[in-house]
Amino acid sequence: MADISLSGAPHQVDGIQASYMAQLQRRRLYGGLTLLIFVVLMVSGFNVADDRNAGGFWEGLHQIGDYPADVLSEAWEKRADLPALIAKYFPALVETINIAAVSTLIGAIGGLFLSLLGTRGLAQWPRLIPLFRRISDFMRAVPEIVIALVLIFVLGGGPVPAMIAIAIHTAGALAKMFSEVSENTDLKAVEGLASTGTTWSQRMLLGVLPQVAPNYVSYTLLRFEINIRASAILGFVGAGGLGYELRNAMAWGPGRFDEAAAIFILLFGTIVFFDQVSSRYRNRLTEGQGQ
Amino acid sequence: MTTIDLDATKFEAEKLFQRKRLIGFGIPAVIAVYFVYIFFAFDLPGLAGRANLENAVTLASDSWSHKVHVTRDNRSGDVTYAVEGERKGTYPEGQRPDWVRGDEVIAIDLGGDIIVRYLPDNRTEIEIPGFQLIEAQAEGRTVTTNLPDDLPDWVSASDRRVGITTPEGRITLTGARTEVFNYFPGWELFWFTLDSPYYGQSLATILFGDQIDPARGNITGAVSDWWNNAMWRHKDVAWAIGETILMAFLGTMGAAIIALPLGFLAAKRFSPLMLVRAATRRLFDFVRGVDALIWTVVLARAFGPGPLTGALAILITDTGTFGKIFSEALENVDQKQIEGVASTGAKPLQRYRFGVIPQIVPVLLAQILYFLESNTRSATIIGAITGGGIGLMLTQAIQTQKDWEEVAYYISLIIAMVMFMDWFSGWLRGKLIGRKT
Repeated sequence: MADISLSGAPHQVDGIQASYMAQLQRRRLYGGLTLLIFVVLMVSGFNVADDRNAGGFWEGLHQIGDYPADVLSEAWEKRADLPALIAKYFPALVETINIAAVSTLIGAIGGLFLSLLGTRGLAQWPRLIPLFRRISDFMRAVPEIVIALVLIFVLGGGPVPAMIAIAIHTAGALAKMFSEVSENTDLKAVEGLASTGTTWSQRMLLGVLPQVAPNYVSYTLLRFEINIRASAILGFVGAGGLGYELRNAMAWGPGRFDEAAAIFILLFGTIVFFDQVSSRYRNRLTEGQGQ
Repeated sequence: MTTIDLDATKFEAEKLFQRKRLIGFGIPAVIAVYFVYIFFAFDLPGLAGRANLENAVTLASDSWSHKVHVTRDNRSGDVTYAVEGERKGTYPEGQRPDWVRGDEVIAIDLGGDIIVRYLPDNRTEIEIPGFQLIEAQAEGRTVTTNLPDDLPDWVSASDRRVGITTPEGRITLTGARTEVFNYFPGWELFWFTLDSPYYGQSLATILFGDQIDPARGNITGAVSDWWNNAMWRHKDVAWAIGETILMAFLGTMGAAIIALPLGFLAAKRFSPLMLVRAATRRLFDFVRGVDALIWTVVLARAFGPGPLTGALAILITDTGTFGKIFSEALENVDQKQIEGVASTGAKPLQRYRFGVIPQIVPVLLAQILYFLESNTRSATIIGAITGGGIGLMLTQAIQTQKDWEEVAYYISLIIAMVMFMDWFSGWLRGKLIGRKT
């Protein structure tokens, strides 16, 4: 017994080493190949994008600073007007924030129902879980701009199409994040409530919501940040608010750059402000929760 | 002592309950008040006036159907047949739809016993069951008819223009031309345009039948005719979707490559200099705060419209986001593994490679793949602004306000594209870092 192991050991070690080296080499080969494919994809993708662009990358590179420099220098010359312009565009900013806030609220309510109805153990109609999941997948997949453009055609320009478009996407996106949270809820509270003969909405309100509320609010705040950006962008295609004013100001071209600068400042300030506020509250809400 | 204690506790508890009650009723009340404010701030009562229901009906019906125009030019007397009234959809000389008959008198059978006859000398007869025979005569710039004074609401008539809308189709008569629109369900000419020899052939004939076009093999010819279809532009659409995905890919991956080293600079553990750390973090905040919209506008000035501009806008914005996420991940790495690697005599670079990178790779990959999917959506929107990809095609199709079936086609493609990227990034994540538990 001992004899066999003694004579067999060096042989075994050699074999293990050889197979380890072979495995290592194979892994290196695969890693190298993946890296190579990735690099080829990046380079060829860049070249295709560069070809199909109106202006080339290398010709345009040194012009990046030109437009901001023009805007800034003109804004600096007319700096006395800036406060007045900022005051002028403040209502548009309020509209942009309102679009984001309302759509986040509506989307969060919609997402709440979609997620509760689409989570195993919580759903009122367990057979319809796949249906509600597909609905939320679908709502998440539709880019805001698609709904916004169609609704602008039907409802006319203004904040309402943007609001509906963002709310639909938000409901889908939040439903997914919410159901990730609600899958981990402790069902004991729900069972306890069920034993007292509560209705489904009472079980959800009293048994589930208190458990998941901090995470839900945290995700909703994160979504609000994203939606401010989205509502500014949708304004650019005609849905009102700051983006709409920005497009108009830019269409005027030089001479009205001070207006564009005022809008840039407002937009930048708003996004940074809400980012900071919401990240502070999110940290506080999810404190001591592992994440 | 105990009673005082009990009283104090009871008082505390009551205060707590009161606060909870206040929150329980207060927050919904505040939200309700806010909705009321929005109701008026967004002018929802006035929305009904601004909304155009006719547009909605056109959109809903045109997106799944097509119409064939039969147009008589009243000056020359020529009759043309065209799908959607477009030059690209015109029937070639000598061909016409089979619901049109006659040479001297052209009878158009709209179905449902509604028959329109183009008579010589610019006269028109319209037979509608349950209504009198309508006779119309176009002369110069006016149209004279035998219509009575009290018209049903599906007929509008003046001496310049007569419009008749029936469930089967529409008829408009003006001095210059007489037009009949016959509606059919489905997307006509989706596979082949009328000038292609493969139009109207069944799939089996193309695959297994005799050679249709003497110059080309059936399958290559059919694929090339479909690919170059002038009506639906399958080639351009495929390129546009490719551009959109390319924007998302280049932007996301480029941002990740740039953000990784910067993330080290912003993480407390790897960057001892406070100044460097603060500067990198402010840079992240800045590029994130400027937002993709402004970056797109600024970059479009330098690079012109196109996919590269969109890719760079995504790249710059996401560098900020990734930088923030990466540096947070780097601050949370486990020191023990780095120490373990260091104990074998590894140099700093080797310590990063074998002690740090393996820890953060799963977090990084998960974030990158998640952003790849979400950036496909952003790339659609950015494309609409900067002029590239499927976003641009969609905006153009909506702005022309007539190609609603194309709009429906693009929308389905966009949704399919996003769902595919969602599935693909999830699949790749599963392959690379294992299924999430």
